[in-house]
Amino acid sequence: MSDNKKHELQVKEKQEMTSPAEQTTPGLVFSPSVDIFENEKELVLMADMPGVQAKGLNIDLRDDTLTISGDVEPLFSDKEEEILIEYEMGKYYRQFSLSEVIDQERIDAQLNHGVLRLTLPKVEKASPRKIVVQAV
Amino acid sequence: MIYRRFFDYPSLGLRSPSSEFERMRRQMDRLFTDWPGQRDPRVSAGVFPQINLTEDAGKFYARAELPGIAANDLEIQATSKTLSITGERKIAKEDEGVRYHRRERDAGKFSRVVSLPTEIDPDKIEAKMENGILTVFIPKAEAAKPRQITIN
Repeated sequence: MSDNKKHELQVKEKQEMTSPAEQTTPGLVFSPSVDIFENEKELVLMADMPGVQAKGLNIDLRDDTLTISGDVEPLFSDKEEEILIEYEMGKYYRQFSLSEVIDQERIDAQLNHGVLRLTLPKVEKASPRKIVVQAV
Repeated sequence: MIYRRFFDYPSLGLRSPSSEFERMRRQMDRLFTDWPGQRDPRVSAGVFPQINLTEDAGKFYARAELPGIAANDLEIQATSKTLSITGERKIAKEDEGVRYHRRERDAGKFSRVVSLPTEIDPDKIEAKMENGILTVFIPKAEAAKPRQITIN
């Protein structure tokens, strides 16, 4: 939404998701809200992931499948007693399939105040996909 | 009423697995909401932001998920028994010519008041924003703190 639209924010329940794969650690998994947009050069993904730190964030791109996951560390200390619980905390996980060919070398991810900005530069159509052959 | 509908249904054996699942889900939902003494632990006030309130002996802790909101876009006020959080979430406008595939994130103003169970000390409230999560530390008023009573 653009800045000039000053409407009131509504409560949006966090989207819990059924585990995409079996989890190794117990806990809830939520699907983060995202904005995805593109221009000629790149595809940009913005995701709201409050509570995720850079070290807990995992971005994986393989076979045109983009996977974003974020671990959240619990904030409550053991001594605290709950009075009112309106939202729950848990990991974030979401997968997207990309139709564009992405230049994997130049992917940029920034995490700022719990918002991820992921820039996925497109590979120019004219140039064939570069394949790096690594010597063993 | 759910039962009647399904018993009246002529082709009982030909229900799709999804509707069968849906029926089970509704029955489970009803079972849990009707459970005596059971209440939904997540009773939301329906006002943004959602708040989790906890306490220990000396303080209350109010937490809210406010991703992408800078500390100076947020205003916290307190009286002796209430805490109010107002602010605005801004989402920077992207360049002209971008095409959107998804737009799930929202911008806008918000204002929320929380009543606290006991008197608080509004002068000593502290707040911090960390990774998009706001934590407000609210010390209880001296009169409201629990006291250890020694028996002579």
